[in-house]
Amino acid sequence: MDASSLAAVWLTVKLATLVTALLLLVGTPLAWWLARTRSFLKGPVGAVVTLPLVLPPTVLGFYLLLMMGPYGPAGRLMESLGLERLPFTFAGLVVASVFYSLPFVVQPIQNAFEAIGKRPLEAAASLRASPWDSFFTVALPLARPGLFTAAILGFAHTVGEFGVVLMIGGNIPGKTQVLSVKIFDYVETMQYAQAHWLAGGMVCFCFLVLLLLYGSRKKSPWV
Amino acid sequence: MEARFQLDYPGFSLAVDLRLPEKGVTALFGPSGSGKTTLLRCIAGLERAPRGFLAVAGEVWQDEDKKHFLPTHQRPLGLVFQEASLFPHLSVRRNLEYGMKRAGHAGGEEFDAMLRLLGIGALLERDPGSLSGGERQRVAIARALLTHPRLLLMDEPLAALDLKRKQEILPYLERLHDELSIPVLYVSHAPDEAARLADHLVLIDNGRAVACGPLMETLARLDLAHAFGEDMGVVLETVVAGHEADDLTRLEFPGGKLYISRCDKPLGSRMRCRVRASDVSLALAAHGDSSILNLLSATVIAATPLSTPGHVQVQLRLHGDGAPLLLARVTERSRLALDIAPGRSVVAQIKAVALLG
Repeated sequence: MDASSLAAVWLTVKLATLVTALLLLVGTPLAWWLARTRSFLKGPVGAVVTLPLVLPPTVLGFYLLLMMGPYGPAGRLMESLGLERLPFTFAGLVVASVFYSLPFVVQPIQNAFEAIGKRPLEAAASLRASPWDSFFTVALPLARPGLFTAAILGFAHTVGEFGVVLMIGGNIPGKTQVLSVKIFDYVETMQYAQAHWLAGGMVCFCFLVLLLLYGSRKKSPWV
Repeated sequence: MEARFQLDYPGFSLAVDLRLPEKGVTALFGPSGSGKTTLLRCIAGLERAPRGFLAVAGEVWQDEDKKHFLPTHQRPLGLVFQEASLFPHLSVRRNLEYGMKRAGHAGGEEFDAMLRLLGIGALLERDPGSLSGGERQRVAIARALLTHPRLLLMDEPLAALDLKRKQEILPYLERLHDELSIPVLYVSHAPDEAARLADHLVLIDNGRAVACGPLMETLARLDLAHAFGEDMGVVLETVVAGHEADDLTRLEFPGGKLYISRCDKPLGSRMRCRVRASDVSLALAAHGDSSILNLLSATVIAATPLSTPGHVQVQLRLHGDGAPLLLARVTERSRLALDIAPGRSVVAQIKAVALLG
């Protein structure tokens, strides 16, 4: 493997780790709300969160690009705050990946929260635990398998993204050139040996992740 | 305590206005789906009735006229569910400490006393998942009591247990009954459980409280018989007065004596018995030629027809100072033959006595 391949691997790991952390932070309260709310917004919000699962990544990337671009609302906001615009930056990749991998994180956590039911939380309330207290001391610990699944799926899915990266990040070595784009590069330039190193590595990585997921639980990981 | 709730769900409504004693066990008794659990959840604050008022021990927990509603975690109550909802990720000890810490109690001697009272001292380091149903329920009761509640709510705590486990846990509940100074609301659809544990009975049917009063009087009311069906009958509070040579135990109470098969309770201990109306027959005089041992003289108070055609229920006052009421179920033909009418003196023949321990 050459230096540019290693740089792509490192960038990918950095991106996936950061995105997973952000997703757990954003996805957990969102999943909690989706699991508990009786609001009419539950349906629409749930559908929006799930959209990236079915939309072609190019569609998502296209609209994110417009939003973040100089004439989009996010772009203008960044500009008025004196910040760098997001497209073709690492930060832009992070934001896009958070949207892209959101359903993979929210759904397992939501399922886990729903599986707990209201009884343990009612018991906690009868033992003087406030809603915040029981969220941290009862709901989160009981949802741990779901959080674990969510983290792994979020990480793996971010590692595997391609279309969105290409639309938002482009292909800038060391900055936005992640593994999947790098492989595309090698194939286009007929460097099959280099492509094999990365592609084969990906196959092994993904297999190990799924093995970890299935092996650690008796039931299907999507519960 | 005072509880008024009005709440409407599709196909079900609850409307109750209750004054309940601040001491002893009150059974909320009624068939499945009658709304007793909903009532309990309203009292716990897990359900908010749009029109409601609740005051416990002089403190107002809910007053919708003033938009006042204390959330569950701010109510000093203990709650025991049908299935013990112990936290599966915590050991028994940490389950017990969960509420204790939050209620601001240190434990110490009181903690140990609670372990003894419920017989769970040996389970402290175990996982809730490794306990039997009865053990789990005892831990849940201890966990609730360790928060020093001012009201204990129990929602069919025995319903999920098999008969053996029930027998294992009932003595503990009885001990609680004797030692607790706080009121207990006990939801049940099992007449024996209610009769064994309660001092006070609230009969719930179809979202309404159809009766509310001391257990023994309420059970003896003629107008409520339909609620108990085949289980219609009274509860007698007796004292073990003697173990006789022919393997019988003599129980005494203000209305007379009862003989039962020998039981191993010590002399002087209290014993509740249930006498079903269908196990009581009537005669005009005590004959020496009957195999029935338990004959009690009584005066007829009233006789009313039952929903079963050809049958009537008879309410009797046993003879003696402070003697309780008794219910009998006889055929209309017998009633006419014996001329059973208010004021008539009769002998009640009791064919069977169910011991409630």
